Amino acid sequence: MRDASQAAERLFEIAPCGFALVGNEGLVAHANAEFRRLVGRPSEELVGKASLASLFSIGGRMFLETHLLPMLAHDRSVREVALDMLRPDGSRVPVLLNADAAHGEGNGIALLVVVIETRDRHRYEQDLLAATRSAEQARIDATALANTLQRTLIPPVPPEIPHLTVSTAYRPAGDGSVVGGDFYDVFQVGADDWCVVLGDVSGKGISAATVTSFVRYTIRALAIDHPDPCDLLHRLDHAMHVDDTDHYCTLVLARLTRRPPHWAVQLALAGHPPAVLRSPDGHVSELGTPGTPVGLVDEPTFSTAHHLLQNETITLYTDGVTEARGDDGWFGESRLYDLIAEADHDPQVITDEIARQALRYQGGVASDDIAIVTFAANPAATVNR
Amino acid sequence: MDHAQLLNVSVRGPVDAQAMVFLHGFGCGQHMWRHVVAAFEDEYRVVLLDLPGSGGAAAASYDSDRHASLDGYRDDLVTLLRELELTSVVLVGHSVSAMIGVLLQIAHPDLVDRLVLVTPSARYLNDTGYHGGFSEDDVEELLELMSRNHLGWQDPLATIVAGGPDSEARTELEQAFCRTRPEVAAQFAAVTFRGDNRADLRLVSAHTLIIQSAEDSIAPMTAGTYVRDAISDSEFEVLATRGHCPHLTAPAETVAVIQRFLQGSQVPGRRD
Repeated sequence: MRDASQAAERLFEIAPCGFALVGNEGLVAHANAEFRRLVGRPSEELVGKASLASLFSIGGRMFLETHLLPMLAHDRSVREVALDMLRPDGSRVPVLLNADAAHGEGNGIALLVVVIETRDRHRYEQDLLAATRSAEQARIDATALANTLQRTLIPPVPPEIPHLTVSTAYRPAGDGSVVGGDFYDVFQVGADDWCVVLGDVSGKGISAATVTSFVRYTIRALAIDHPDPCDLLHRLDHAMHVDDTDHYCTLVLARLTRRPPHWAVQLALAGHPPAVLRSPDGHVSELGTPGTPVGLVDEPTFSTAHHLLQNETITLYTDGVTEARGDDGWFGESRLYDLIAEADHDPQVITDEIARQALRYQGGVASDDIAIVTFAANPAATVNR
Repeated sequence: MDHAQLLNVSVRGPVDAQAMVFLHGFGCGQHMWRHVVAAFEDEYRVVLLDLPGSGGAAAASYDSDRHASLDGYRDDLVTLLRELELTSVVLVGHSVSAMIGVLLQIAHPDLVDRLVLVTPSARYLNDTGYHGGFSEDDVEELLELMSRNHLGWQDPLATIVAGGPDSEARTELEQAFCRTRPEVAAQFAAVTFRGDNRADLRLVSAHTLIIQSAEDSIAPMTAGTYVRDAISDSEFEVLATRGHCPHLTAPAETVAVIQRFLQGSQVPGRRD
């Protein structure tokens, strides 16, 4: 029996892990060689003298007291807890700890504690944690950037244009968190010359947003010296090819020149649905020939349509409207044209009604961005020169 | 969900008896009181709960804005007490919940008749002329340690609660013991260990029992005596035990001092 007991003690002493038994009063009762090495203390300083908590860093003690000891008191085990042992010289040894509450082993033993040094694993963990935090921060930064970009791209309230009523609507896809490709712009290029642009860049996300920005500002720059929309679109197309982006863009570009009391409209389409004219009696017609998207093919075709805007309204829209999906299939052009015909002859009413119905048709959430611009001559507004 | 459901409330004892509400502290849940509550269930209406974000409390109970300070916890408890139509309760709070109890009593003296503060500390960080026991580095280290034991790819406290080789089958409540969401635990740790409620102590107007553990590295003697000296109507009992949870390590003694306190301080007109 004595040999068996001595053999067991020997095995305890030389076990390839730190092994300690903690007594009922909370002090170390036995500690093997590896345990003594890890905590940097000889037996005389441990047995009957040191509490388990005192062997850990302060953070470790707090964790032990608030979580681990209560759990062990509940007669459970703890496994793989990462802690730092604190040596008398102040140095720390990262360990993994397993502990069991003793089940009436006798000899006044309350806890069995095993600790294994984890220097390399600790370094690896630290690297993993740092990488996770970096990635999380990068994700937060990217989202913030996308949101900022999004805000600059959301079409602003259009400027007040004498003798022209402009009404716009923009509904981003989904919850608006993914930066979209739809845009519109209304800007001045001369004393009585304005441009209205409405477009849809392919794809979503940050690269689409970048191209959207590029297209908007390239158009603004080109519009000054290139009054003919068809010509402008060719130059835009060239610029996009040079920029070598994977994205392409469909758009409608209208140049408005005041011819009191009317407006001369020159309109070109780049792979975009035609503009919709509505006359006061509710008659609906199209303006513009489709053309090809910009930035897509080697030899795009565009053409400029001319129209003298008298008392009609003109509506431009992106395919987020007509390609809205609902119970009846696509929203479609004929539903849109009927809607416009039945609406009041007012740009605001027309625009709002299209937005409202397109959203309602797909259950309130847009699957693709929706952008709508409607404008009409406003001869009633008088400007004192 | 009403607050009783949100906070996993259980109520035992005679319906018309004075209520005795137990608040667990940082770490774990109402099961911490299991060795103590039985002694009071005959005479008191015992109310147990899990703090927002802890134990078996519903995930929806925790809001990182509201619970960025102890006031949020206090407000949740006020809502609960009103919902349960309880007033003039005995409020027993462990560790940081001792301070939640203090805040509650100050704000709503009608809700709290007597306070029992188990191993309280009004401030854990050391200050000029005040020994709370910890430095800011220590708190940083605790937070770092908690993040090391929560790498996000597992709920480590759930795996820690593995059950030893000889443990019997446990109920679901017991398995929820000490399970806390990592981001909740980290924020609660920061709120607890960086708090300072010393100025609030002077406003306590209820008869108060302070229970001090003889050797407690979380709430040392200096912290306990500070609380005793700052609350005018207080009693102070030191239990000959080690550690921060005398209700676990010395439950019989804990029950005894609380009973002595409750019997010794009769409130006129109540059926105690």
